[in-house]
Amino acid sequence: MIRKMNNPAWFLLPYVSLFIVFIIIPVIIAIFLSFTYFNTIQTPEFIGLRNYIELLTRDEVFMQHVLPNTIKFAFIVGPIGYMMSFILAWMLAQIPHRPRTLFAIVLYSPSMTAGIAMGVVWTVLFSGNATGYLNAWLINFGLIQEPIQFLTSPQYLMNIMILVSLWGSMGVGFLAMLAGILNIDQSLYEAAYVDGLRNRWQEIFYITIPSMKPQMLFGAVMAVVGTFQVGAIGVQLSGANPTPQYAGQLMVNHIEDFGFIRYLMGYASAISVVLLILIYSISKVTFSLLGDKE
Amino acid sequence: MASFRGMKINPKQFHKSQIKFYLVLIPMALFVALPILFIVSHAFKPTNELFAYPPRFFVRVPTFANFRNLVRVASDSGVPFSRYLFNSILVTVVGVFLSIMVTSTAAYALSKLKFKGKKILFEINTLALMFVPIAVTIPRYLTISRMGLIDNYLVLILPLIAIPVGLFLVKQFIDQTPNEIIESAKIDGASEMQTFLKIVFPVILPAIATVGILSFQLIWNDIIGSSLYINDESMKTLSFYFSTLATLQGNPVAGQGMMAAASLIMFVPNIVIFIFLQSKVMNTMAHSGIK
Repeated sequence: MIRKMNNPAWFLLPYVSLFIVFIIIPVIIAIFLSFTYFNTIQTPEFIGLRNYIELLTRDEVFMQHVLPNTIKFAFIVGPIGYMMSFILAWMLAQIPHRPRTLFAIVLYSPSMTAGIAMGVVWTVLFSGNATGYLNAWLINFGLIQEPIQFLTSPQYLMNIMILVSLWGSMGVGFLAMLAGILNIDQSLYEAAYVDGLRNRWQEIFYITIPSMKPQMLFGAVMAVVGTFQVGAIGVQLSGANPTPQYAGQLMVNHIEDFGFIRYLMGYASAISVVLLILIYSISKVTFSLLGDKE
Repeated sequence: MASFRGMKINPKQFHKSQIKFYLVLIPMALFVALPILFIVSHAFKPTNELFAYPPRFFVRVPTFANFRNLVRVASDSGVPFSRYLFNSILVTVVGVFLSIMVTSTAAYALSKLKFKGKKILFEINTLALMFVPIAVTIPRYLTISRMGLIDNYLVLILPLIAIPVGLFLVKQFIDQTPNEIIESAKIDGASEMQTFLKIVFPVILPAIATVGILSFQLIWNDIIGSSLYINDESMKTLSFYFSTLATLQGNPVAGQGMMAAASLIMFVPNIVIFIFLQSKVMNTMAHSGIK
């Protein structure tokens, strides 16, 4: 049979059908449901734009907490994680192969610990009673008298979420950028120094980044997507959805709250659609920002 | 700094000018590695060390008690630990294999075959790099239940097979393979599929390894499949069982040791596979750019 397989369909059909069933169709259903009232029991009832209007005008939790939190979280974790990935990759490229490989494995390892598995580390490190490591150290050094409720107090939760996310931000994009830097043709640098390049900053901005722009773009997409995907972390750290006073509530949690806790699937779908549009627009903006540097 | 000092990127050996990089890299690596070392150490702590005040970072008298507890709690709740492990291994092995085949064949078509709509297909896939599965959890559930896949092993695998990033990386990698080797195979009368399996597949092993790692991470760590699409307790996976520990255990401190042991069990296969295949991954990533 394999001897006769010449039609591209043989190659494409498995991937494309899975892609359609598990990516395209769910997105279409989400868009459709977002215009309905759907409580999972009765058939969806078409209500036009009401979910969106409600979301943008009446949902105080969304406007006052979820959206600002998501934007704050994304605008800190995304760019900082991305820059950290680039700078660390660039530094790794300046040291010999063996130590570089070792460091790369260590830096990449958090992104393999995916989600819930590592929750225990952070809950123990930041735990609010005296057995929490951070509290025990702070008390020990006399910096505080009473343990701080890191994970349940609104003023700390968001910052801890940001820290934990940055910890795991050296992912696939980081590897791509490292490979990109290593693959730049050495003669480009030599030629540029002959032409009057004066220091390493110029080297980075005039040679390194433009030569690896494809990897920079790939890394950027990975950074944007990764940032929005780790949303579950606040719920995990504080152990509650909604998070204490909505301090760590991100859009992903809001979807879960309405979809799987309140069973308002139509409304939850509207939030999903807004989230997908947000990710898409941020990626586009990032693209044009990076494109300008050429 | 005025003149070029020769090979600076990818140096062959240590030079004192590299010290400044180590000064940044070593503290960063320590910061990143600390939580992981903590998990390792915590997993082997006996109960009295888990409770100890002040808490100690490193274990003093290592024990396997936490791992034994993981096994015991599982069988107490009705499903033997070995069953969860078996389920995880089964769906991971089958899933990774399918993912590799499905992704690499599609990538080959997008890279080397001629057909209508090729460009659009690749662009849709590139767009899907921005897709966040968690945003469509609900419609995915509706699709799956409508297809009658609830409580079917396939549901732990199928949604995770088509990975847009995987297709993207393999396609970019195949783009680099010279057309001559493909042409010569065809002159010898091989079909497209034969050419792919016998000629192209061996050449693109680095990219295959990368897809393998990505899909391994997705499937091995996946919790959504077991928690939403599977009701039969005996068909759920290890990662799901571990995720229930926090609520299963009344005592959060005693649970801590078990959760650390569980995290370690989840983490070790990931890191071992990555260490073995990292040079292949780096090779693939060199071609990863969005052009």
